[in-house]
Amino acid sequence: MTGEQIIFILVAVFTLVSGFMVVTSRNLIHAALWLVSALFGVAVAYALLNAAFLAVVQVVVYIGAIAILFIFAVMLTRKDMRDQGPQMNPNWWAGAVLAVLVFAGLVFLLLSWGGLSATAADMPADFDTISELGNALVSPDAYVLPFEVASVLLVAALIGAVYVAYNRK
Amino acid sequence: MVPLSWYLIFAAALFSIGLFGVLARRNAVAILLGVELMLNSVNINLAAFWRYGDVTRMTGQVFAIIVFAVAAAEVAVGLALVISVYRRRNTVVADEINMMKW
Amino acid sequence: MSFWNDPLNVTADWLMGIFTGWGMSEIVAQILIGFLGIFVLVALLMVVDIFLVWVERKVVARFQDRIGPNRLGPWGLIQPFADIIKLIIKEDTTPGGADKVVYNVAPILSMMSVLILWAVIPLAPQMIGVEDLNIGALYIIAAGAIGTLSIIMAGWSSNNKFALIGAFRQVAVMVSFEIPMLTMLLIPTIFAGSMGFNDIIQAQYPVPFVLLAPLAAIIFLIAAIAELGRAPFDMAEGESELVSGFNTEYSGMKFGMFYAGELLHAFTFGGFMGILFFGGYSLFGLERIPALAWLNSPFVHIFVLIVKAMIGYWIIMWVKYTLLRIRIDHMLAFNWKFLTPLAFVLLMVVALMNALLKGSPLWVYTAGMFLSNVVVGWVALEVARVYSRREREKVEGVATT
Repeated sequence: MTGEQIIFILVAVFTLVSGFMVVTSRNLIHAALWLVSALFGVAVAYALLNAAFLAVVQVVVYIGAIAILFIFAVMLTRKDMRDQGPQMNPNWWAGAVLAVLVFAGLVFLLLSWGGLSATAADMPADFDTISELGNALVSPDAYVLPFEVASVLLVAALIGAVYVAYNRK
Repeated sequence: MVPLSWYLIFAAALFSIGLFGVLARRNAVAILLGVELMLNSVNINLAAFWRYGDVTRMTGQVFAIIVFAVAAAEVAVGLALVISVYRRRNTVVADEINMMKW
Repeated sequence: MSFWNDPLNVTADWLMGIFTGWGMSEIVAQILIGFLGIFVLVALLMVVDIFLVWVERKVVARFQDRIGPNRLGPWGLIQPFADIIKLIIKEDTTPGGADKVVYNVAPILSMMSVLILWAVIPLAPQMIGVEDLNIGALYIIAAGAIGTLSIIMAGWSSNNKFALIGAFRQVAVMVSFEIPMLTMLLIPTIFAGSMGFNDIIQAQYPVPFVLLAPLAAIIFLIAAIAELGRAPFDMAEGESELVSGFNTEYSGMKFGMFYAGELLHAFTFGGFMGILFFGGYSLFGLERIPALAWLNSPFVHIFVLIVKAMIGYWIIMWVKYTLLRIRIDHMLAFNWKFLTPLAFVLLMVVALMNALLKGSPLWVYTAGMFLSNVVVGWVALEVARVYSRREREKVEGVATT
């Protein structure tokens, strides 16, 4: 067991336990805070994959904006300080069965794929991930068009969210 | 030396946990929490395939960044809708928002 | 590689020799040395923090035309220790109905978000916590995001209306002002061609970035003061407005964590101002003169960085004790209607001028960037003046000449 494997197992267990607490917490604010720890675990996983930019953007965008948005939304949509009633559907067992089936199906699919136990090649020396990523995002024969479309999507979402949530007095 | 399979199985497990959250929860905001977990698991998959494939092709990371943007947009609009529904119907329990059901 | 030239590596090797001599495996020794380094850095930062409490109280006293603590020790230097003892022996209350785990974790997260910033600050070219992280500038924003989270945890878990409103307002301000700050972090990145702090400092050799982009330094300062939650943007410490904002229900050492964390955060951002715009640990390139080669020692570098951080911190304190608090809706309007468009326009102008003037001689480049900044700032102030004149006419109903 190399050190890297031990770290990965710790991170994976932490993230999966946090994810499980997200979907089973009775108190919604606790669920949102468990989501924060799950997102942080995912950021550490990105750092393990040498995707440093993704790790930092994950913390900035997901934890710094989306998780806070969730906490605000939970606080603004409750009639009371406590959560009322059961937090699970009457048919939650069907959801659990389906989730287990999906997981089993995915694992089966993965195991029947050949390149599964591939280990990571070393990163080429002096490889500047950030500048390569920047080039890929704005270069015309790379991904500038999806990048621009994503920015249009964000503007549309911004306008839509403001319009939908606007409190007309 | 972490094999690729570990990352993929980790992402599959996170995806199923998110799926369970979407299917089994009553509160609309809690359903969106499950959706966030699923999007994150997809991103881990993409980043792992970038790393374990050809590192000089940035497709995996670019895809992951676009997914960040889409997830942020979806959460913003989704929560705006939930807040708007709460203002009209004073509830966010998904079962009770059933005026358009047959 | 003597100790005076490269203290960290020499110490690490010496410790590694000792630990492996005791029979520990290399990996465990490595981890242990890492933890020791973190512990030493955090201990030194806490000592600096204590000193900052004294500095803050003396400076605010002088601004308010009084002397400040002068009873305990010479010039009141023992006063912060008395404060610490008082905070430790205070009763540690938890409000009834508070969410205990979240309530107790919030001050820890707040202090953590400040301490992790010091992992990327280069104290000297060879002394940096994480070996030249190439996304250092973005890491600041990430650490700020964790601080934002800790504030809303503190406000909500206190089970207190005032704390909650204070926390909401403070988080709204912090999230809003992250955008001009992030945009202004991109300007040194454009100049240096990298987001890593070591590269940014090395690129400031002939001309520090404050001469190339003074308006960026000013906007970064404003956004940083808002991020820190200090006056004139201090919705959190809204003393006399919201009791004490999000830390109303905190007493004893937990409040001490918030308070000390805020002071250390201000000092850290003074350091960032120094690094990003004033050349960081380098004494404006003087150490490259062969006659002054002794200035290349890491201890001189640390001293220069601390001096620049204290100057930045003094400017932040100066702003705090001079200006009045701004109303929350004015704060947000200022950000979204003035500062963010200005930041974007400035980023575009700087990028354009950088591309246009890239090959020209140094003085042309410097003069061009400086003048473009001045023009953008002047136009922005003109727009603000026209707008405020119109608003004033609406309120007063008469045309002012």
